[in-house]
This record gives sequence, structure tokens and C-alpha cells, in this order.
Amino acid sequence: MAELSLTGIAKSFEDTRVLEGISFDVHDAEFVSILGPSGSGKSTIFNLIGGLYQPDEGDIKLDGESIAGKRGSISYMPQSPSLFPWRTLLDNVMLGSEIVGQQDREASLQMIEKAGLGGYENAYPHQLSGGMKQRAAFIRSLLSPQPLICLDEPFSALDEFTRLEMQKWLLSLWSEYKRSVLFVTHNIEEALFLSDRVMVLSDRPARVKKEFKIPFERPRDESLLLTEEFLEWKKAIYNELRMIT
Amino acid sequence: MRNIVQKGWRPLLVIILLFVIWEVATRVFEIPAWLIPSPSQVVDEGISGWSVYEHHLYSTILLTLIGFIIGTSFGILVAICLHLIPTVRNMFYPLIIFSQNIPIIVLAPLLVIWFGFGMLPKLIVITLVCFFPIAVSTLDGLRQTSTELMHYMKMAGASNGQIFWKLEWPHALPSLFSGLKISATYSVMGAVISEWLGAKEGIGVYMTLASSSFRTDRVFVSIFVIMALSLTFFLLITALEKWFIRWKSKGVENSG
Ligand SMILES: Nc1ncnc2c1ncn2[C@@H]1O[C@H](COP(=O)(O)OP(=O)(O)OP(=O)(O)O)[C@@H](O)[C@H]1O
Ligand SMILES: [Mg+2]
Repeated sequence: MAELSLTGIAKSFEDTRVLEGISFDVHDAEFVSILGPSGSGKSTIFNLIGGLYQPDEGDIKLDGESIAGKRGSISYMPQSPSLFPWRTLLDNVMLGSEIVGQQDREASLQMIEKAGLGGYENAYPHQLSGGMKQRAAFIRSLLSPQPLICLDEPFSALDEFTRLEMQKWLLSLWSEYKRSVLFVTHNIEEALFLSDRVMVLSDRPARVKKEFKIPFERPRDESLLLTEEFLEWKKAIYNELRMIT
Repeated sequence: MRNIVQKGWRPLLVIILLFVIWEVATRVFEIPAWLIPSPSQVVDEGISGWSVYEHHLYSTILLTLIGFIIGTSFGILVAICLHLIPTVRNMFYPLIIFSQNIPIIVLAPLLVIWFGFGMLPKLIVITLVCFFPIAVSTLDGLRQTSTELMHYMKMAGASNGQIFWKLEWPHALPSLFSGLKISATYSVMGAVISEWLGAKEGIGVYMTLASSSFRTDRVFVSIFVIMALSLTFFLLITALEKWFIRWKSKGVENSG
């Protein structure tokens, strides 16, 4: 179970208002994406949910309980891979679960294999490419046991092909385990392909400018990307984003 | 390994050249041995006099090791305390820097007055000498944690203990080791100086005896023994460092 709800969240850094009146929900087992211009405050929203700092106004609830300023209630993948240079890939991937105190070596090894990193279990981060590091950080968040996963641009460093593979993998995992996902991206297509709902943020101070409910049937596969309907949706969201900047 | 051989031959050549010049100079100018002995005389004494200074050497090694272990443990412990309690750090950091400015040579006789000729004043001297480099470098290593990794740890809900042991401590290790290397060489010097204060045995004693009886060759032997000791100590720490920080060394070489 993971029901996230943000109500009237506002946050300023020094004198600049970054977020204002952000309200949205992520329902149990739902996949929600956040789209917004660079610097609009997407990562800041994640930091607030993760409890890194308190919101100036508003409240954040997970399953009815306030988690504002409370750490450790989400599985998290930061925008930069943030792997620990002295840990091997396997130890890095297990870190999230290690902190909570529930490691599963077998499951970790399987995940590494599935992410196409098999054979690199004992490699150190400096021996991995940018895309491989990103995949490792992605698995680390999947292996953390919290029911809400927050992914901050998880696939931005991957080539088109690997990215599609990882997206499909994420979808299959998600439909299998039914965790709630909050997903930040710059890529409209990615948001459309993955999400139940897409939220578009306005420029500073960020508000939820518009919310799109994506009606595509699940399970989805890549043939969806080329349909007329998909392109229509893409256009609609593109226009929404263009009006911001 | 091959790298060391490739890079190492040039400095080695210079050292050999210096020895050759020294040898030739002492012969050509007929410098008396009590003034400056030739390298070959020093080597002779070093080999034939082994039984004379053997026990001195062991005593110094023991003193150095005990002092080094106490001094560095103390330094690391203080660094950790200062790091974990910021108010204490602000209060005591200037004091640590002062500790480096204490003139050991002046302090040493005082320590003898206070604590006698036993082990204690010697260990205090070595501890003082080791303390500063290790404390400062450990403290710096602990403070300069990557903000990105810290961000991740906090978001993942890590406790302060987890942040320390999983992030700050391993992050400080490379810095701690560079402090250890400096402390290791200092501790040999500290041991010899403390033996000058008055001791029954030790390279410092051997050296004092040698110079007061104009056995200059023996003074040179002790100089070289001290250098060899420092170097061995340094190399040992470097080997330990290679083992503890194996995640780093390779990467730097490859990407460089
Ligand atoms: N700790 C902080 N202190 C001061 N300002 C901050 C801090 N964190 C973020 N900001 C500011 O808040 C704004 C939003 O930053 P944020 O990282 O949330 O943007 P973003 O939407 O994630 O951007 P991007 O898509 O480029 O990652 C930026 O203008 C940034 O300068
Ligand atoms: Mg961001």
C-alpha cells in the first residue's frame, strides 16, 4: 500500500519561491510522471517527499500519515547515479535495502542480471559507463523495500534502444509488484509510454499547471509509440509545455 | 611493478652518482675518516658492526611502533570526536594547530623533568609528533564528503551511525592514509629525538655514543639506519593503503 498525497506545498530557497501550492496524489499502484522545464523544482519535490527538508507550507502524507521532514519512507533514485566509489556494483545495488536492514543477495544478483549488468557484480563504479551507473542506481532503488518509488530522470543517460528496454522492464516489474511510482522526466514520449497520469509543472514558482490522464491500455508495448493517438497526445503535451517557456 | 622500475631508475641513478662522487672526493682529498668517512667505510661498519647496534635498532623499532600506534589512534579518535560534535570542533581546532607549533626540542627536556627517563616522556614526544598530521588529514577527509552521496544517504533514511560508517569513514580513508604516511616518517624521528633525552638503548643512544667518541662512521650508519627505517615504515603504510583503497588506485591510473 502506498497512497501519497501532497497538499498546498510551498518551498522557497532564500528569496526565490520555487514551489507554490503544489497539490497532487499518487494512488496505490499508480504510475505518475512529472514533466516540467529544467529548474522548475522537480527534484525539490522529491527532496520534500524524501524528508530532506520541511515544506514552508502544506503537508505531505503517505498512507494518511504525515511524512514532511521524515526520512526514509521512499525508495529513491537520485538524478545523478551517486554510486559509492568504494563499493562494488553488487554492494552498491544492495545499499538501499542494507540501510533499512533487509538485504537479499539473490534478488540483487538477479536484478543485476536482468538489467544487463551480469558479469559486472564485482566491478567498481569507475569501471562502469555512465549508462551502466544509471542502471545500477535504478536497480538500487528497485531493491529498496519501500512501497513508493521516486525516480528522478532515471534513463536520461541511456541511448534510445537501452532506454526502451529499461522502460519495458520497469513496466513489467511495476505490473508484477504493483508499487506506486513517481517519475520525473524531460521526455514527453517516456512520460506518455509509462504513466497513468502526467502532470505538467509551470515555470517558477512551480504549480501543477495541467494534469493529463493517459488512457492507453496496459500492458503497453513499443508499437504504441507509433500510433496516431500517441502522436496526438504527444502534441497536446508538447503544446502545454511550449506555452510555459 | 614494472611502472616502479621504469620510473625508479632515474632517481636511483642520481643516488648512485652522489655516492660515487662522495667516495671519490674522500679519497682524492684524503679526508680523515673521523671527519667524513667514505661510503665504503660506512658500509663496512654497517655490516661488521651489526651486532653492536642490533639491539639498539630493535629498541627503536619497538618504541616507534608503540608511539606510532598510540599517536595515530589518539589522532584518529580526536578527529572523529571533533567531526561528530561540531561545537567541540570549533573550540578545539585552533588548539590542534597550536599543537603542531610546540617546539619538541624545547619541550622534550621538560618532559624528562616531569616524567623522568622512562617510557612515558618518549611516548608523549612521538604522540605529539604523530598527532597533528593524522588528526588534520582525518578531519579533512571526514568533512569533505561528497554532497551527492550524502544526499542519497539522507533520502534513503540512513541513521547518523550509518552515514558515518557507510559514507564518511570510507570516504576519509584515502586522506587518513596520507596522514598515516607522514606520521609514520615523523614517528621514527620522534623516537630518535626522544632517545636523545636519555635512554638505555636505541639508535638515538647509539648515535650519541658514536659522535661523542668521534666514531663518525657509526654516526653515518645510524643516519642510514634511520632513513631505512623511515622508508620501510612508509612503504608498509603504502602497501596497506593499496590494499584498503584498491577501488581507487586502478581507476586513477586508467583514466589518467
Ligand atoms: N538546496 C538549495 N538551495 C538553494 N536553491 C536550491 C536548492 N535546491 C534547489 N534550488 C533551486 O531550486 C530550483 C529548482 O531546482 P530543482 O533541482 O528542483 O530543479 P529541477 O526541476 O529538478 O531541474 P532539472 O530538470 O534541471 O533537474 C533551482 O532554481 C535551484 O537553483
Ligand atoms: Mg532535477
